[in-house]
Amino acid sequence: MGFLNYTFDWSVLWRHPYGGMFVKGIFTTIHLSLLAWIIAVILGIMIAVFRVLPPRSIRLAGSAYVQLFRNIPFLVQLFFWYFAVPLLLPKPAQEWLYDHVPDYSYWAGVTALGTYTASRLAEQFRSGLLAIPLGQYRAAYSTGLTTFQTYRYVIVPYAFRIIIPPFTTEFLSCFKNSSLTMTISVMEITHTAYYIDSFTWHGLETTTAASMMYLCISGFIVLVMSFVEKKLRIPGMIVRSQ
Amino acid sequence: MDLTVITNNFKFMAGGLVLTFQLSLITMAGGLLLGIILALARLSSKHWLYYPATFYIHFFRGLPLILVIFWLYFLTPVITGKSLNEFHAAVISFVVFEAAYFAEIIRAGIQSIPHGQSMAAYSSGLTSFQCARHVILPQALRNMTPALVTQAVVIFQDTSLGYVIGLREFLRRVNLVDAREARSVELYLFAGLIYLAFCSTGSLCSQRLENHRQRNWI
Repeated sequence: MGFLNYTFDWSVLWRHPYGGMFVKGIFTTIHLSLLAWIIAVILGIMIAVFRVLPPRSIRLAGSAYVQLFRNIPFLVQLFFWYFAVPLLLPKPAQEWLYDHVPDYSYWAGVTALGTYTASRLAEQFRSGLLAIPLGQYRAAYSTGLTTFQTYRYVIVPYAFRIIIPPFTTEFLSCFKNSSLTMTISVMEITHTAYYIDSFTWHGLETTTAASMMYLCISGFIVLVMSFVEKKLRIPGMIVRSQ
Repeated sequence: MDLTVITNNFKFMAGGLVLTFQLSLITMAGGLLLGIILALARLSSKHWLYYPATFYIHFFRGLPLILVIFWLYFLTPVITGKSLNEFHAAVISFVVFEAAYFAEIIRAGIQSIPHGQSMAAYSSGLTSFQCARHVILPQALRNMTPALVTQAVVIFQDTSLGYVIGLREFLRRVNLVDAREARSVELYLFAGLIYLAFCSTGSLCSQRLENHRQRNWI
């Protein structure tokens, strides 16, 4: 039983050259997923609206986006943004990228995560839009609002409050998916664990610590979101639980 | 665009695709089995069954898959003294992880069965195991087929994470070919198209099943 002989050395987490790396990693994970989330929300709302608008071509474009991004593994998309997209740029842009964007992997990660999460969010948002009674649309149109105004002032704010629970789930999966950016060497929590392991051979300690960080942060997010959900609950609105 | 890079290495990459399929099938079978056990434990009124199962499900749903893979990869040498090969490490971590997701799908499916069904089963003298085995599970499984197919698609995509421990599944092989030939655009487009073909077929099946279920229900 090697288990009895193994000496756990938790000090690798804060020992000299590695001390503070996890703190940086946590911050990287958080702002990476937040940036991606902002992109995802804006893009997701747009696509969801596209998917319920009358013109057929717009609807098709919306569903094409969702199908494309949902049915390709995130890792493939990530590699595409990181390895392939710079090659698709014209020569001067490529050189500018290599010279001036030292953390291109970070931005590739943000873009990949944002566009991927958008496709999943669009589905949630669409189901929120479809859950709104038709009378709301009719009332908005009959008071003289244009299509854009109807969506901007009536439908989207309304749908937004309906879908807060799946929103939380989706944000958590965005937060967890950010760990995959370690494969393109973004220094977030998972990659920090992997990095320290490659020097100290104490992978078990670092990975356990990383897991605890994910659990703590997602637990915190769930707490905050359930508070927000209570605050924003639409009075008298009964939503089918998922 | 130089598509010869794909035709020249096609056999190598197809081998990876076979491994991807094997991995997904084993994961689905194992995950479903463990998931059913977990879901039943989570619905049980016995505390010593309910709490461990609930903890298990929340624990693994709160973690990224990549960390579960790493953790198991680092843990087994400590327990057994020698490391697992990549395939077994990947299979075990996928099963353990996906079981938590399967369990939640199955729990939702079981809870969608009206309570009267189990009351009727109990009153006709079935034990709780017989009730689950003969009355609730057959109906629930039919109800949750669309969700299970969706989860199968997710598993098929998740197997690409075997990449991180050096498992030579499809994506890893595409990556290896790219390291040698340096033709990222063609290779990753190809990988994306292959995954897209299989996964969109799966999604379509799931949608069909869902429509079919909704038409024939009530």
